[in-house]
Amino acid sequence: MSKRFTTRRAVMKGLASSAAITLAGCSASEPPTYGNVLRMGDWLTYNAHRLLLPRQSLAREYDLRDISAAPAIGTTDPADPSQPGFVEEFAEDYARFLHEGFADWRLIVEGSVATPSSFSLEDLKRMRSRTQITRHACEEGWSAIMQWTGVPLRAVLEAAGIRSDARFVQFHCYDAFVDGIDMLDALHPQTILAYGMNGRELPIAHGAPLRVRVERQLGYKSMKFLRGLVVTSEFDDNGPYGMIQNGWSWYAGI
Amino acid sequence: MAAVSRPMSNAIESPTPQRHALWVRVSHWLIAFSVLTLAYSGFYILLAHPRLYWGEVGNDLTPALLELPLNGNHRPEAWLETVTFDAFANKPISASRTMEIFNENGWARSLHFLAGWIFVVAGACYFAFGVVTRHVWRDLWPRRGGSYSLVQRCAYTSVAFVLLPFMVLAGLAMSPQVVAAFPVLLDVFGGHQSARTLHFFGFVAIVAFVVGHVAMVLFTGLGRHMRAMVVGR
Repeated sequence: MSKRFTTRRAVMKGLASSAAITLAGCSASEPPTYGNVLRMGDWLTYNAHRLLLPRQSLAREYDLRDISAAPAIGTTDPADPSQPGFVEEFAEDYARFLHEGFADWRLIVEGSVATPSSFSLEDLKRMRSRTQITRHACEEGWSAIMQWTGVPLRAVLEAAGIRSDARFVQFHCYDAFVDGIDMLDALHPQTILAYGMNGRELPIAHGAPLRVRVERQLGYKSMKFLRGLVVTSEFDDNGPYGMIQNGWSWYAGI
Repeated sequence: MAAVSRPMSNAIESPTPQRHALWVRVSHWLIAFSVLTLAYSGFYILLAHPRLYWGEVGNDLTPALLELPLNGNHRPEAWLETVTFDAFANKPISASRTMEIFNENGWARSLHFLAGWIFVVAGACYFAFGVVTRHVWRDLWPRRGGSYSLVQRCAYTSVAFVLLPFMVLAGLAMSPQVVAAFPVLLDVFGGHQSARTLHFFGFVAIVAFVVGHVAMVLFTGLGRHMRAMVVGR
């Protein structure tokens, strides 16, 4: 009797540990669900889009005359203590860089790259550039058409050397938010790190000196005020600063 | 449904009008549950920006077709630093919003799309069964005869086969990933904001249908209709 009990316990333990491995395996390559039914829906949408939709389709690009008025929302100045993304340490750095016209600012690229690197704004402007006029769709419901000029994220990643285990790119920002995209979006030709907007330097409110544009997802994935990129081989929810733990879908293609 | 609206001859033709097949009952309740969830979460999504527009773009800095004064969000005040992009002929502007708005879109959007998945799967099954079993033609298609009146048939057909599929397409026309794959959706609806506006009017029409449908059920025998749609007799 006692032997059977031990066997059953051993089986249960075995099942539990294999479940743990399966769960860990899931969270490594996919956005986690935390057992939350809403996150399961997000997971389904992400996988369905990746499975069913053409992977390299381009977001529609517009004409100069289509450029519209555009609000700036969320953090519009990381140095302003009244704003949602204010972190004192970042705010001080940001204010200093702003004061010096971002001459000393660097984009740090690390993680699953051959050579962890940093790039000045001038370095990025010397790389190949792409200008696109696209529609920014905010989760709130509004939209605006703007022109963006920047360096394809792919070019920056290639300059640092993409390792074969690279799966996600995380964006760390001066407004303390962290969020990421998968390699499919990271290598997409319209995914650029923009330093220009509507023919001008990127205004502060829109993410100076550098922001990402992820044109096939909602506006909140196009993070502003970039500090650095971390290429990861596993999914990272970025803890309390990540969108997913704040109740937002990690995938915002819908 | 109502005895007065059913000619006797047709009642004899289809002697079991209230006996809903199991697949009708299951899909009816799945669709009812998902449509109510879609309406509820959709309303919360609308509350973040209760302004409607026509065309591709629309935001607080452009004129609205319709402002819904549901909360302060329909006309946010407190804007900072207006920038004008003079290099362009139409001189577009930008400004920073400093007001904290009401926004519950995190859970509302995820719930909306989860309910959307349930709706699309249940709706597709309903449509497939409906065509194969000829339920659509026998009981729903607008014609005289059968267990439902012409008015009922018109209402059921237009909601199930026109309005609800239209809502799915208008919703997909707002998805940046979907319109990158099928830009024709933007052309069909006249742009992202037009699709959003039409999605809202579709919601209003669905709410009107649900109110009418539930009222008819109440007036013509709640117990009988619920029994028919739950246990099938």
